[in-house]
Order: sequence, then structure tokens, then C-alpha cells
Amino acid sequence: MDTNILFIFILAVYVGFEVISKVPSMLHTPLMSGTNAIHGIILFGGILVLADAATLLAQVLGFVAVVFGSANVFGGFMVTDRMLQMFKKKK
Amino acid sequence: MNPTFPLIIIGVAVLFINGIKFLSSPKTARKGNLVAAAGMLIAFIFLLKTDGSSVWSHGWSINYTLIVIATIIGLVIGATGAYSVKMTAMPQMVAMFNGLGGGAAALVASLEFIRGSHSDVGITAFIAGSMLFATLIGSLSFSGSAIAYLKLEGKFEKPMTFTGQNILNGLILLVILGLCVFLTVNASSTNATAAFIIMFSLALFFGVAMVMPIGGADMPVVISLLNSYGLAVAADGFAINNLAMVVAGTLVGSSGTLLTLLMCKAMNRPVTNVLFGAFGSSGSAAAAAGGVAGTVKPIQADEVALLLAYAQRVVVVPGYGMAVAQAQHSVRELSDELGKRGVEVQFAIHPVAGRMPGHMNVLLAEANVPYDQLIEMEAINPSMDRVDVCLVIGANDVVNPAAREDKSSPIYGMPIIDADHCKTVIVMKRSMAAGFAGIENHLFYKDNTRMLFGDAKASLNALVTAVKAS
Repeated sequence: MDTNILFIFILAVYVGFEVISKVPSMLHTPLMSGTNAIHGIILFGGILVLADAATLLAQVLGFVAVVFGSANVFGGFMVTDRMLQMFKKKK
Repeated sequence: MNPTFPLIIIGVAVLFINGIKFLSSPKTARKGNLVAAAGMLIAFIFLLKTDGSSVWSHGWSINYTLIVIATIIGLVIGATGAYSVKMTAMPQMVAMFNGLGGGAAALVASLEFIRGSHSDVGITAFIAGSMLFATLIGSLSFSGSAIAYLKLEGKFEKPMTFTGQNILNGLILLVILGLCVFLTVNASSTNATAAFIIMFSLALFFGVAMVMPIGGADMPVVISLLNSYGLAVAADGFAINNLAMVVAGTLVGSSGTLLTLLMCKAMNRPVTNVLFGAFGSSGSAAAAAGGVAGTVKPIQADEVALLLAYAQRVVVVPGYGMAVAQAQHSVRELSDELGKRGVEVQFAIHPVAGRMPGHMNVLLAEANVPYDQLIEMEAINPSMDRVDVCLVIGANDVVNPAAREDKSSPIYGMPIIDADHCKTVIVMKRSMAAGFAGIENHLFYKDNTRMLFGDAKASLNALVTAVKAS
């Protein structure tokens, strides 16, 4: 077992809590959709399994995983951007 | 392996973290989202296989054509959703993306698990465990998000409960966990695939069974909780040795967990109560029957307009009812009109107002309310007694003083916006029906409260006209 990766995981937990607790409640919806987009990184997991798919079943399921992941990552960043551009200061 | 690759992955992690960091202020937030997206693009270019070679250096095959097609389909679905969704429907959108990501995480883990269990070398218990965890969390958040989506759309919004439900759900969960333990130890046994399929199906079913008993207005908690499924992505990252995925998944997991806890704190209910309590179905009927002493005093729009026009400071407390009535543009018009007359207008936002964390802020931002007018509950409460008029639009439980005064109330102890401390409170309401939780609102019977009955949008438009005229 690679302990480095666990070490990174533990550090990421602390960093995650630290930066996220600084986000004001005003921006919690964009925070949620933005982090949502970040976990769309699962798209790459889908790409990796589809690239090596050897059976028809693996191809079909991998294909579905890539479609899901891609919708998640692109849609997530786009909808977050759309929301954030609406937040304006008083003129 | 190219030695610069690990450095690039560290860069990606830094971009993700900074992206979220920029979200701490609305000034830099948009940039933050783009920074995170840039991190994603870099992670894509430098995507590595488990053996450390670049995924793009293996020559073209049919699988790569499939990758391109699938990515484009996903892009079209995602973009269409992102640019067509109404801001009121944002919780559904987030639930959908959540579910899709969860489904992808479950599929990736399943494929890797089945491949690993059939390979000659086998898989270690640590890797098998991570994959099973990712499958479990991913699939239950897929089906759970689907149900949350439907509930937010207004389909079977009421909690669905039956006796022994929690026991049945507990048993299902036990079977799932038992299968996971079995598979972790016996990943290469001949029964592994069958056991795996049963586990996967039960996890999908469990997602449905878990969300069905939760009421529509508790969805903020459910969405936040399903957001923490990011941990499934992190577990996938362990399994395929992808550090960027571990960091990204963990960040998302923290955000989901943190928001879940915040939401529960704002409702003064433990997570377990939201998940297993089926709030809004039982118990609340008794509270509604209690009744409150005092009478309700109605008021007409032109009187309210006079109060507003000659006030110094006005605070608006918006609730989900405002969004339902599509009244956010009218409310901004009223606020602008009052602003022109020198009245200070602010919006007091309760953390659970709307159907997801921060939902109300997005709706008001869309209606062009400047964000410096949106004030959090804790920030505005200490100065509420210096407010001349408080306008409550479509909010109910979040301004109910019973949360402070009535120990027998189901919402006792929940932090509220102290609307009743203002000199005059105007409650805009369709009728005298009780709020979502079925709890009588003590605010309506206070001496300084006046009720403005009717559709919120129509009433606000009448107020705008009357304020202009006065």
C-alpha cells in the first residue's frame, strides 16, 4: 500500500475544511456547484477505464461513465460561471 | 514516467485549492471558478495511466473514438442544462450533476474492480476496499440524487414513510456492508462478480430508500450530503493511483460535509433527525393544534407604501415563497424605488432560506440586487431593533419567534431572523395557512405585525406604484 497517497488524502481533508469554511454563506450555491464541477474529474477515471476497455460490457459502461463525467464537469463549471457573473456590487 | 508529471499534478491541486479560496469573496469568485477549470484542463492533458504512462501516448483505437464521442455528448448535455436552467431550479441542476458524477464514480470503480478480480495478479485488500467504497457511495448518490431531483421538481414531495422503515433500511445497509467486507477479503473468488452485482443493486436501492422519507423542504441537507459523495471520487483516485482525483474528491467531500453540518445547525436538528426523522409528517400536527393567543391584523398596500416611503431603514426577509411567486424582480424594483428616496434597504438571508444553501442569494443576484445589500442572519440580527419596517416575503419558519420563546415548539432552538424586533413587521402572505412544518407562526399575532394578504408579486407591484406616487 502506498502510504504517500493516504498522507496526501489526510492533508487534503484539512486544507479542504480550511478553505471551504472561509466561503461566505452568500456564495454557498456557487460553492456547491463549483465543487461539484471539480469532482467531475471522475471524467478522467472514465477515460482511463474506457481507454483500456477489453470487453463490450466494459466499453458500454465506460462510455456511460464518460458521458456522465463529461456532463458533470462541463455543466458544473458553466453553471457556476453563469451564477457568479450575476453577483454585482452596487454601482 | 516523465519526472515532471508529479509536479504538474501538484500544480493542479494548487489550482483547485486556490479556485475555492477565491470563492471567499464575490469579487474574486468568478475568477476562482475559472482557475479551478484551468486546473481541470491541465489534469486532462497530463492524464496518466496506472503504470505512469500518458493516456494519450498509446496510439488511436476504437476506444479513443468512443471517448471523444462520449465527451462531446456529455458536453452538450452539460452545456444545455447549465445555460437553460432557471435559477429557481438550481437545486435540481446541482442534484442532477451530483447524480451523474456519482454514477460515473460507481461505474469506474465497478469496472476496475471486476477487471482486478479477474486478473491473475489479483488486487490488494486496500485497492479492493477503495473500489467498493467508491461503488457504494457513488451508486447510492446516483439514485439518491435522482429522487432528490424529482422531489425538488414537486413530485412526491411529501415524506414517504411506513412502520419499520428505519429498521428495513438498516438491514439493507448491513447486508451491503457485509457484502463489501466479503468482497474486500475474497476479491478474486468465483462468487465475487455475483456478490458485486448484488451489492451494486442494493446500493442503488438504498439511495432511493434513504431519500424517499425526507420531505421536500429538507432537500438542502440532502443535496449537501450527496455532495460529499466526492469522497467516492477520492476513493477511485486511490484505486487508479491518480493524485489529482484524490485531492479533488477530498475537497468536494469536505465541502459537502461542511455544508451538511451548517444546514443542520441552521435548522437546529442533528443530521440523524433530518435523515431518519421524516420531519413534516409526524409530530407537527400536534404543534399546529396548540394555537396562539391574539388576533391577526390585516393591512392594505397603500398604508404599507406610506410606512416604507417614510422609513429610514427597511429590511426584507425573503423566503422560498418569494421565488415561487417569481417576485424577486418586483422586490428589487421596490428596493430601488425606496433607495431613490434615501431609504436604506437590506436583505436578511437565513442560511436555510430557499431549497439549497445560498439559494436565495443567487435568486436576488439574478434580479440585480447588489450583493452588498445581502446580509447574513448573524450580521443583521443585532441591529434589527433599529429597523423601521421589516418586510417578510414568503418566509415563515425562519422568522417564527416560537423558536426563541416556545419550548414545546418543534423548531425551538433554531436560529431565526429577529423580524419581531423591528418597529413594524409586514408579512406578505397568500393566506393564513401554516408553513411547511405545519407550525403556527407567533410572529403573525404580535402587536407590531400587520398582514398584507395576496400574491407576493401582485402586492409588491402595488407597493412600487404606491411608493412612486407618495
